[in-house]
Amino acid sequence: MATAHLLEVDDLHIEFRTRDGVAKVINGVSYHLDPGETLAVLGESGSGKSVTAQAIMGILDMPPAVVTAGEIRYQGRNLLARPEEERRQVRGREIAMIFQDALSALNPVFPVGWQIGETLRQREGLSRSAARNRAVELMDLVRIPAARERVGDYPHQFSGGMRQRVMIAMALAMNPKVLIADEPTTALDVTVQAQIMDLLADLRRDLDMAMILITHDLGVVAGVADRIAVMYAGRIVEHADVRSLYRAPAHPYTKGLLESIPRLDVRGQELATIRGLPPNLMRIPSGCPFHPRCPYAQQVCVDVVPHDLALDDGRTSACHFAQEVRDASARR
Amino acid sequence: MSDFETVAASENQAARRGPSGEPGAPNQVGVPGKARSLAGDAWRDLRRNPIFWISLALVVLVTAMAAVPGLFTGNDPRDCALARQHAGPSGAAIFGYDFQGCDTYARSVYGARASLLVGALSALLTGIIALVVGMVAGYFGRWIDAVLSRVIDIVLGIPLLLAAIVLLKRVNSDSSTVRILAVVFVLAILGWTTAARVVRSSVITAKGQDYVAAARMLGAGDGRIMWRHILPNSLAPAVVVLTIALGSFIAAEATLSFLGIGLKAPTISWGIDIDSGRVHMRESATPLVVPSTFLALTVLAFIMLGDAIRDAFDPKLR
Amino acid sequence: MFRFVVRRLLQMVLAFFGTTLIVYALMFAGQGDPIQALAGERPVTEAQRAYLTEKYNLDRTGVGGFFYRYFDYVGNLLRGDLGESLTGRSIGEILTTAWPVTLKLALIAMAVTIVVGVTAGVVAGMRRASIFDNSTLLLTLLVLGIPTIVLAPLAQYLLGVKWQVFPPTAGAQPSLYALLLPGIVLGSLSLATALRLTRTSVAENLRADYVRTAKSKGLLRRRIVSVHVLRNSLIPVVTFLGVELGNLMSGAIITEGVFNIPGVGFNLFRGIRTEDGPLVVGIVSVLVVVYLVANLLVDVLYAVLDPRIRYE
Repeated sequence: MATAHLLEVDDLHIEFRTRDGVAKVINGVSYHLDPGETLAVLGESGSGKSVTAQAIMGILDMPPAVVTAGEIRYQGRNLLARPEEERRQVRGREIAMIFQDALSALNPVFPVGWQIGETLRQREGLSRSAARNRAVELMDLVRIPAARERVGDYPHQFSGGMRQRVMIAMALAMNPKVLIADEPTTALDVTVQAQIMDLLADLRRDLDMAMILITHDLGVVAGVADRIAVMYAGRIVEHADVRSLYRAPAHPYTKGLLESIPRLDVRGQELATIRGLPPNLMRIPSGCPFHPRCPYAQQVCVDVVPHDLALDDGRTSACHFAQEVRDASARR
Repeated sequence: MSDFETVAASENQAARRGPSGEPGAPNQVGVPGKARSLAGDAWRDLRRNPIFWISLALVVLVTAMAAVPGLFTGNDPRDCALARQHAGPSGAAIFGYDFQGCDTYARSVYGARASLLVGALSALLTGIIALVVGMVAGYFGRWIDAVLSRVIDIVLGIPLLLAAIVLLKRVNSDSSTVRILAVVFVLAILGWTTAARVVRSSVITAKGQDYVAAARMLGAGDGRIMWRHILPNSLAPAVVVLTIALGSFIAAEATLSFLGIGLKAPTISWGIDIDSGRVHMRESATPLVVPSTFLALTVLAFIMLGDAIRDAFDPKLR
Repeated sequence: MFRFVVRRLLQMVLAFFGTTLIVYALMFAGQGDPIQALAGERPVTEAQRAYLTEKYNLDRTGVGGFFYRYFDYVGNLLRGDLGESLTGRSIGEILTTAWPVTLKLALIAMAVTIVVGVTAGVVAGMRRASIFDNSTLLLTLLVLGIPTIVLAPLAQYLLGVKWQVFPPTAGAQPSLYALLLPGIVLGSLSLATALRLTRTSVAENLRADYVRTAKSKGLLRRRIVSVHVLRNSLIPVVTFLGVELGNLMSGAIITEGVFNIPGVGFNLFRGIRTEDGPLVVGIVSVLVVVYLVANLLVDVLYAVLDPRIRYE
């Protein structure tokens, strides 16, 4: 690698070894993140987007998870080869993460200010009062009204959106360079979703962080992300900048996802759906894992695993017919 | 395994709305198959569990003992002679004789009947009360549920032994049938609450299922829905709770008889024999040890059986 | 918090009247000869008959009379006047000498429960499916399945009579050492329950989402377990221990009876054996109140430990 990215996932393979068998959850995922940019990782449940993020953080439970191959490089060093203590130092300080359901992700029996300040007390040696003051500042930063009065409240006393803000404040406590947001708005109302996304975008810009935004919702991605990686069955099937991906998807799966969004400008058209089910990760289909559901599938798709096909404008697509799909999409 | 489930579950929540935002995510289709394999998995787990087989064998054995005690001993438990007081084991009596000169082993064999009778009848009565209260509370909800739940709380808050003492002091009859029935009623009146809670929560779960809504839309009445659709769902968890309860009822009967307020002589009960064996333990220990072992093994068998079945059906905590 | 306590206190007052009414009604309602009911099959002297009639206002009849007698009984109970047993001793005095012994025994049992049960439960919960976990599960199942009327006499026989490690009976002024074996027997049931409860609670909390959050904050595993997980896991355990302390104080009938420990349970045991009705009614009434107060304290404790309850 000539150009060193800030964070780089390289050919990652992860299995879950359970009593019922081995599930191949991640099968050669590679993506990278540069300072100050936002990468959206898109995919339905079981596609491995959250597992990859948890592997980056080092919070996967092993066992049952086993990393069978690949590297995760942060500032050039392979985190997977580092001792646990060094990985712990990275968590929170370099890379921080926020989760989908803030109510269960926050500890119910401690005040929110205590939880935000805990990192600072434990890792920066701040005093109780200093940590509390810093917690109030952070709550102000994420626009929680009356932060000083609410710093002693418990998680269940906040609304869903406010709780997610507390989560964000907690993640920002040590000024991380990378923020991983794992479905940050899924559990929230639509109006609140927009507020949280705006907040994340603003914070990313103001604090000059890089962000990985994990979501299954194409609508969330459009306004915030720079690049998109689409995952399916533990692989990245398409990787492109937001603009060109929306204009002309080059993978049948991405195309299917885009076509199943209701459009306001087209009337009377039946909403397209992707037929079939996501694959069972214990028995991933041969060849291209998407072939049983793919309208473009040919015999080659059943026999040969497609490799990332580089398209002319710097995007990749893991489809034997990437070019055709993109051209067909563009003409529409 | 558990952690895979956790990950899968957290992603499932996202999936409920589907990747494209449409309701009814595609992978929900897999649920019925999963449910079927749950029963299969449970049976597979049970079949491999030695505790299940041991406890089942003990339950069968003690039931046979209660039904046909003559199969297990040729001696009459009421044939007592003071001349044989604390006589040691012999060919005629393998565990010797107790303080009264009765065959220790024969008495323990014949003691199974009263214990099992009380245990089974109490469990049956408990089951009926629990099913009725649990179904009514869970199905109709609202104020009925509130009232019945309060009653459950109150009864659950009564210390069992103290209440049984107070209640049984009222029974002055020495007839063995009356005393057995009295103990059964007292245990059932005080012991139905746990099972009722289990039934109530399973009814609430079943009520929310789509097939119940479908039956209602097809015009089925409350009675029919409860009988045909909800009862079968609540039966399995209730049976597990009642199996364990049966064990505790047997223990409770023995304890009350031990205290002298449960069953009384001439009824043969392990509790009575343990008490008299205890008093004379310095002279001879077998009249204490033998009925104690019978009682402990019986109670253990029912509790372990229920525990094994519950573990198999609820593998979350394994 | 204050409102919570007041509300619970009002509920307790209601529960107090409800429970004592039930106890009282069961003791006296619809009885042919209430005096004979109190005395069981013992012959009753004229002096006793006169005393009991006066004490329980048995000359008043009918529903009105019943409630008059009930409130009189509650009034006496609240004043601490429990009357006399059939042997002529003041029940209040009997209880005054018995309580310290029972409390000592209960505390020994509680100490055993906490030191062994909760500790082993935490270890088992953290190492689920290990050999340690599986063997403690089986062991606790055994303990839970063996009734006290088996455990107490057998322990007394083996450790007291046969191997003579402990004194087989405690006697009038029991030393701490003499109370140790009964304490362990009494505590074994709570120990097994506490162990299983702690294990389940710790195991569940270790899988909770907030543990993942704490981990992603870069906290040490030691801190995650000892602060985040334990603080949550111990909520149900502490609640259980509170209820159990109430149970231990009232539920030692068998243990105290078998080991001859002159505590409250022993006196109740003797009252039942000698068919001393007034003694049984007096002790049961007091124990019910103890039980209710213990439950109230536990609820308040629960609210202190779990903020979600406190602010509901």
